[in-house]
Amino acid sequence: MPRITFIQPDGAAATVEIANGLTVMEGAIENDITGVVAQCGGSCSCSTCHCYVADDWMRALPPPEEEESGLIEFAWEPRESSRLTCQIRVTDALDGLVLHVPAEQL
Amino acid sequence: MPTTIIAGAGHAGGQTAISLRQAGYDGRIIVCGAEPAPPYQRPPLSKKYLSGELARERVFLRPESFYSRHDVELRLGNAVRDVDPAQRTVVLDDGGSLSFTDLVIATGSRPRRLDVPGSDLGNIFYLRTLEDADAIGNALVAGRRLAVVGGGYIGLEIASTAKGLGLEVCVIEAADRILGRVTAPEMSGYYARAHRARGVHVKLSTAVAAFEGDGTVRRVDCGAETIPADVVVIGIGVVPEVRLAESAGIACDDGIVVDERCATSAAHVYAAGDCTRHPNPILGRSLRLESVHNALEQARTAAANIAGTPTRYEQAPWFWSDQFDLKLQMAGISDGYDTIVQRGSMDADDFAMFYLKDGVLIAVDAVNRPREFMACRKLVPQRPSIDPVKLADESIPMQEMA
Repeated sequence: MPRITFIQPDGAAATVEIANGLTVMEGAIENDITGVVAQCGGSCSCSTCHCYVADDWMRALPPPEEEESGLIEFAWEPRESSRLTCQIRVTDALDGLVLHVPAEQL
Repeated sequence: MPTTIIAGAGHAGGQTAISLRQAGYDGRIIVCGAEPAPPYQRPPLSKKYLSGELARERVFLRPESFYSRHDVELRLGNAVRDVDPAQRTVVLDDGGSLSFTDLVIATGSRPRRLDVPGSDLGNIFYLRTLEDADAIGNALVAGRRLAVVGGGYIGLEIASTAKGLGLEVCVIEAADRILGRVTAPEMSGYYARAHRARGVHVKLSTAVAAFEGDGTVRRVDCGAETIPADVVVIGIGVVPEVRLAESAGIACDDGIVVDERCATSAAHVYAAGDCTRHPNPILGRSLRLESVHNALEQARTAAANIAGTPTRYEQAPWFWSDQFDLKLQMAGISDGYDTIVQRGSMDADDFAMFYLKDGVLIAVDAVNRPREFMACRKLVPQRPSIDPVKLADESIPMQEMA
């Protein structure tokens, strides 16, 4: 299974295995990753699963759809690397992906 | 050891347990619920779970292993039957009795029943539980005719899902517009047109007199006309589940009355979610909400207060509804608006409706417009006065509305 690393604002890192086909958000919830809230449960309606993608991984991801980028613009401290993890589907190509969890959601 | 009992294993009940542990609560946590499934998300039941896109485990709020890992006891299929707030004890359906330090009532709501002749025929359903969704899902076979009674969000979402599964779908609404209880006539008109354009029949001002059939429903008798149907789903609203609180002498008023801390009229008894009537300082009144956000945030508030951090629930409500290719996102409550402003194009399915009262922005309904929705989630709590002309002007970004 692809291994994905979540880095907390204090630097603490957790690497977890997430099954192909799940979203990164679902894997974060399954593995108790602090800071990934996912209030709407993955329907791209709340922005509370926002994370920053590590620089060298940006190009590995398909670009966000309009419904995602609109939410991100108003998420907590959005950056170029901001993504909603409910919109990233796990594949083997994402093995090793590194995400930074924001200090707050909203 | 302190013990928190959570009566109800829905969205609010499950989140209360999760939030208690996140808040560092190290007492015993027992979640009791009537259903056999661990706490799960209800929104997908009318959408991606019903369509078969999401497997059962994927609607669970947490994987089942979460509860043992975090020392949360689940008593599933064994609801709290009675509460004695003075003795701080509960009795479960199986007759067992438990003592609590704190109790959270998260009993949710149940579908309002439609009591007409024939309403006990086969293939007539209500949607509340996973079991309901499974039964409806089995009945939604391509080519069949589905009648949805009630043009609210649940009914319209089921209509959309069923159309996608290849059924002939008719929405039957007693009022002269759909979504009449929750939104403006402009939005009702838009959604009726949107459904019709996507092949759903929408009958307004049409009340169901009876269901007819031979063991299984075949027709919906609406007086002046009869609508053929192989499957019926009734979605005419919910009633808060207050029996447990009421019989314990806890104050209820169309919902279990709680304060901003989610505390009920009984000491050490809290309530969260659909079952509560709660004050909202942003709206300046008390209300009952049927929403995920409310369930989650009231659960978090009750948990924080039990864990020893005084916390108040004071947020602007928000909601969403996915139908066909239309992503509706709502913030605030539009009740009592005196001005409505449209930004964008209904014909292009790309617009937002803003609601103002005395010049103050109080709510938004946004269709495929995430920026307008998110901006309003942040703006509504600030009660901003915004010029309607500015709101309608697409050349002014939402960031500049404050």
